[in-house]
Order: sequence, then C-alpha cells, then structure tokens
Amino acid sequence: MAGLSAGVTRKGLIRGREWPIHVLLIVTILVVGFPVLYAALISTQTNGEVFSFQLTPGSALASNFNDVWVVRDFGTNMWNSTQQAIYVTIGKTILSLMAGLAFVYFKFRGKWIVFFFVLVTLMMPTEVMILAMFRLVSGFGWQDTMLALTVPFLASATGAFLFRQHFANMPVELLEAAQIDGATPLQFLRRVLVPLSWNVIGALAVIQFVYTWNMYLWPRLIIRQQSSQVVQVGLQTLQNIDGGLTYGPLMLAAIIASIPPVIVFILLQKPFMSGFALGQEK
Amino acid sequence: MLIPALAVAALFGAAYMAFAVGHRTPARVAIGAGAATVGAAAPPLALGQCTFGAESTSVDHVLTYALMAGGAWLALIVTRAVFDSRDGKSEAAGSSMGGEIRSGGFRLGWWVPWALLAPTLAILAVFLYTPAVQTFTLSTKLARLGAPRTVDVCLTNFSELLIQDPFKLVLYPLLAIGAVYGARFWIRRTEPGTWNHRFAEVASVGAMLSVFVALYAIFSPGGDGTVKYRPVYVNTVIISVGIVAFGMIAGLAVAYLAFQKVKGATMYRTLLIWPYAISPAVAGILFFMLLDPTAGIISNGLKEWFGIRMPNYRESAILAQAAIIMASGWKILGYNVLFYLAGLQTVSVDQVEAAVLDGASPWQRFVHIVLPALSPITFFLLVTNLTYAFFEVFATIDYMTKGAPAGATSVSIYEIIRVGVDNGDLGRGAAQSVLLFAAVIAVTLWQFRTSGKRVSYGGG
Repeated sequence: MAGLSAGVTRKGLIRGREWPIHVLLIVTILVVGFPVLYAALISTQTNGEVFSFQLTPGSALASNFNDVWVVRDFGTNMWNSTQQAIYVTIGKTILSLMAGLAFVYFKFRGKWIVFFFVLVTLMMPTEVMILAMFRLVSGFGWQDTMLALTVPFLASATGAFLFRQHFANMPVELLEAAQIDGATPLQFLRRVLVPLSWNVIGALAVIQFVYTWNMYLWPRLIIRQQSSQVVQVGLQTLQNIDGGLTYGPLMLAAIIASIPPVIVFILLQKPFMSGFALGQEK
Repeated sequence: MLIPALAVAALFGAAYMAFAVGHRTPARVAIGAGAATVGAAAPPLALGQCTFGAESTSVDHVLTYALMAGGAWLALIVTRAVFDSRDGKSEAAGSSMGGEIRSGGFRLGWWVPWALLAPTLAILAVFLYTPAVQTFTLSTKLARLGAPRTVDVCLTNFSELLIQDPFKLVLYPLLAIGAVYGARFWIRRTEPGTWNHRFAEVASVGAMLSVFVALYAIFSPGGDGTVKYRPVYVNTVIISVGIVAFGMIAGLAVAYLAFQKVKGATMYRTLLIWPYAISPAVAGILFFMLLDPTAGIISNGLKEWFGIRMPNYRESAILAQAAIIMASGWKILGYNVLFYLAGLQTVSVDQVEAAVLDGASPWQRFVHIVLPALSPITFFLLVTNLTYAFFEVFATIDYMTKGAPAGATSVSIYEIIRVGVDNGDLGRGAAQSVLLFAAVIAVTLWQFRTSGKRVSYGGG
C-alpha cells in the first residue's frame, strides 16, 4: 500500500514542497494589506512629506492625531457609531431569538403567512426604499436621533431564519425535558437554547456589528448635525481640513474608524467560522 | 381599452392552465382565467385608470399593458404554485415553507407565539413594508423633498426614462423574451451531451445577453423631454459585472491558495479575510489615497521609477470605473475568501486523490473536480456580490469620484440619491428606485429558481 500511494499524502489539493506556498501566501497577504499599510504610512506624514513621495514614517503622527481627535472631535463620531452598533447587535439578536423560538416551538394558526411575511423581506433591501423611508422617519421627527439609527434595523429575516434553522436541528428531548420541569418559553430560551447557540449568536453578532458600523447611506441622509453623526460619514469632514485636503489626518481617521469592527471580527472569529460551517451543513 | 385587454388576459390564463399538466379540470381552468383577469386589472385600477385619461401618451399605454401582462403572469404563477402544493407535487411546499411543526411544542395561550413575534413583525411592517408601498405611491407623484403636498403625474416619472417610440418599446422586449424562451425550449428538446444541446446552451447565454441589450435599447438616451437614463444603466451594468467578476475570481484564487494545509494556515487565513470588516467608505478613502494623481503612491511610483505619467482617474470614464471596481473588489475579497474556504472543505479529497493517481494535472483537477463542487457557493456569492455592487458601492463612489467624470460612475443607487435628495425630486427618485427594486426581485427569483435545480451536480 505504502508503495502505491507514494507522494500522495493527505495535505490538500495541491501537492509539492511547502515553501513556495508560504512565499505565495505572504506575498498575497502583503498585496491584500497594502492599501492599509500605505494608509498607515501616510497617517504619520505632513502634506509636504506626502508630496515629496517619502516612503519612511513621517514626523506628524501626533499633530495628525490632534487634528482628528481634538480639532475635528472624531471621538464623538466614534462614540455614536459604538452606541449604534451595540444597540442594533443586541436588539437584533434578542428579537431574532424570540422569532426563532416562536417559529420552531409553537403551533399556531397563520404560521405560514407570518413565515412568508418575513421571507419576502429578504428581497426588500432598505436601499431601494430609502427615499420613502427618509420621508417616513423624518415625519416621526427622528432626524438627528439615535432612534433613527437603530430602531428600523432591529428586526431581520436573516436573523430570524438563522435561529429557526438552528433550533429546528436541536433534539426534541430538550423541549420535553423542559416541559416536564415546567419551564416557561422564556426560561427555556434563556437556560437551554441560548447556551447551546453561542456559535450562531457569535456569528450573527459579527455580521450585525460590522454591518451596522459600516452603514453609510442611511446616516448620511437622516443625520445632519455633526455631533450626532456616525463615523463613516464623519470621515467626510476630514477630506477637507483648513480649506484644503490634508492626507495624513484623513488616513489616520480611516484607520481609527476600522479598528472596532476588525477587533470584533478577530475576537469572535472562532464562533463566526463555526457558525457559518453550521449554516452550510444543511 | 381596458375591457378588451382584460378579456385577452382571461383567455390567456385559461389557456395557460389548460396546458399546465395536471391542471386540466374545468374548475381550475376557470380559476386560472379569473386569476389572470384580476392580476391584469390590478395595476390600472391601482393607478386609478389614469393611463387611459386624456393626457396619456402612447408610451403610457405601452407601459400600462406591460404592467397588466406582468400582473397576469404573476397571478398565474402564484395560482399554479398553490395548485402544485395542493397536489403535493412540490416537496419544498411541505417541508421548508410552512416551518417546522414539532411533535410537541408549547401548549400555552394562542397569544404567546404572537407576543414573541410582535416586535419583529411590527418593525418589518413599519420600516420595510410601509416604505416599500410608499415608494410605489411616490413614484407616480410629483413630490418635492420637504413639501407636504404632492401632485399625481401618473406614469410620467417612468415613461420619461424610456425612449419615446412605442413600436420599439414593444418590439425589443418581446424579441428578448422570445429569445429566452426559445433557447429554453431548444435545450429541453435536445439530449444532454450532443452538439445540438451544446449549441442550445450557447444560445441560451446569448438570449440572456439579449435581455441586457433590449434594456439598453429601451432606456432613454436623453433629449426631447426625457431623462438621460441609458448611461446610468450602462454604468450600473459595467461596474456591477466588474466588481462581481474581479471579487469572485480573486476570491477563489486566494481561497484556493489559503486552503493548502501548511503550517500556520489559520494565521494566514485570518490575515486574508480581515478586509471583510473594513467598510465600503474606508475602502473608498484608501483607494482615493493610493490612486491620487498628485500624492498617491501609484502615480508617484510610476513617475519616479518608470517615468510614466499616469492620467488622472477622476477625468477618464474608464479609469474612474476601474478604480471603483478595484476598491470594491478589494473590499469584498475577504468575504469571498471566507465562503470559498468553507466551500473547499466540502470538496472530496478521495476524488482529488483518484484524479492524481489517474495522472490528472493540477489544472485539470481544479476544473473538473474543484470547480463543480464549488458551484453552490459560487452561485450564492454571485447573488450576494451583486447585491453589494448594487447598494454598498454607494459609499465607495461617494468618497472616490462622487459620480464624476460626467456621471461615468453614477450607478443606479447613486443616481437615486442625486435625483431624490440632492435635487429634492422624490417622485423621480422613487421611480428609479422601483426599477432597482425590480432588478433585485429578478435576481432573487432567479436565485430561488436556480438554487433548487442544476447548481450542485458533481462533487456529491
């Protein structure tokens, strides 16, 4: 046997020596990361250093940071985005858990209508109705408020169906045991389902946090005051400092604005990956 | 005008039901005729029959008949699906649509599940369904941003996006629809594997392309009281196709590389996937810097090291579009790598090893084993990337080119905001939104149709 399968080891889809693959991977990582590495370099430079095409770190990191954080008060925008992302992530997770619970563990009349009502929203992206939504939410008097940035995004078909599918694959004995113990649906959710769903919750949390943090069009329309603005739109003011474009502060702010979602992604990477593997399983 | 059209719809509905196998009972044929009539009557009634008024043009009439045909067709599809599910023909209807009916389940008051669903349903109703309906109403009005009063303008907001030639307006779409159905018929009539079948497959690709050509031909190039919508359509197609092609091919290549089981593979994967967390806005800013004609490293590098002067991408239509495609493709790369990595886990190692023993080259293994096994993931990514290219690209464009030069990067969503918010013309913006909505629905329905069938052959 050993002779027959010489050279065929279970390594992957390409065979051969390892080092060329390492080299290729490192080169790819550098190419993919290049726009950010370059931005990091620029964020330390003055405009003069940028124009003289200097490829070593410049002298202006501290003053650029001062421009971004003190002069432009970028911290306020960061705080607004943080609040928005946290509220939407938590709210959506809770509402989706409740909807999944109702879909899987209850029989009720009209379930299929509700199911279709939620399913159809999968083909209704907010963007195609953004003008009507802008008119509607302005009519509520929610301009420049956190309400406008959070409430419309608290429910989603994706979340509800993700938990529905996950719960449906769980053993029925869990429910029977809980019923014998006389648990209420919410107790069952909190004590049994949630502890068994951390992977899916983690995966959904990453998606929602990144989605909310990166939202651009809606806040650009509904938020007019700079002090209520989120970070993605707040970056606009940095394209124009002192009447001209200063590259350093803009790049620094772009990097600062990317830190929270990247951290969330890296922290929750494990549940994210396994939650997805689970979603693909079916 | 309305009555004869409805009679045609009823006849068509009856004929459709009569030819649909298994629906041939008189009652069902009659129901088909009724459904088609109701479906056809709905659009003109919803519009208050304004399209048959004194001020309506022949283009308005063509649009109304197209809407009626669409309504009848939709009603027939729904009716047929209901009959099919009653006959137990479609398995999906039983298992996936109704949701799980567990043996047990909580036996509490009827209101308990409704209370659990109430917040979700309320938010979907207020913040998705209401604006969706209002988008349709707004699209038939002259409505200014900030002004509470609106004026009915019937279908003007739509008809001004089209060419003002009723004959061509009917002919081109009919030709395209004919081509699509003809090609489908041809495929069905030929045996898979024969040359005839292969020709039919090529023809069906051509027929798909003819739909895009027909849309190009009917959108207005501007002038004589119409809106210049053809360039917006062209930009949207170029930029979307570019982003999807670049993002997915690069994504597959990188994922295939990162899938190799070398030391530190997990580290490498994280370092390749992380741009997923970067926002489309920041992607725009990063490439704004990279490609900057005076300060960016690419133009400076070309000048210093090779003596080449790079033209300003913000002044050339092709370069500006390429820049948007590059930035967006880079941004979506991490997402595609992530899903292709998950998909590669499902490729059968045994099949690959058998192919190695048979002496297949790496490229043959990739084309004949890996690619077919990845087709479900490829299809899923095609749809999600297309959605990204339709909507999320807005932020990237806003930071890089703002639609310039001369509107060359003004894609559909950008144009909606430009018209609806920057110019404050809500009605016209809403009409363009409805077109984009139709495109999204077409993509989604195509996804539903295709994902059920043909995508996952091979690879087990």
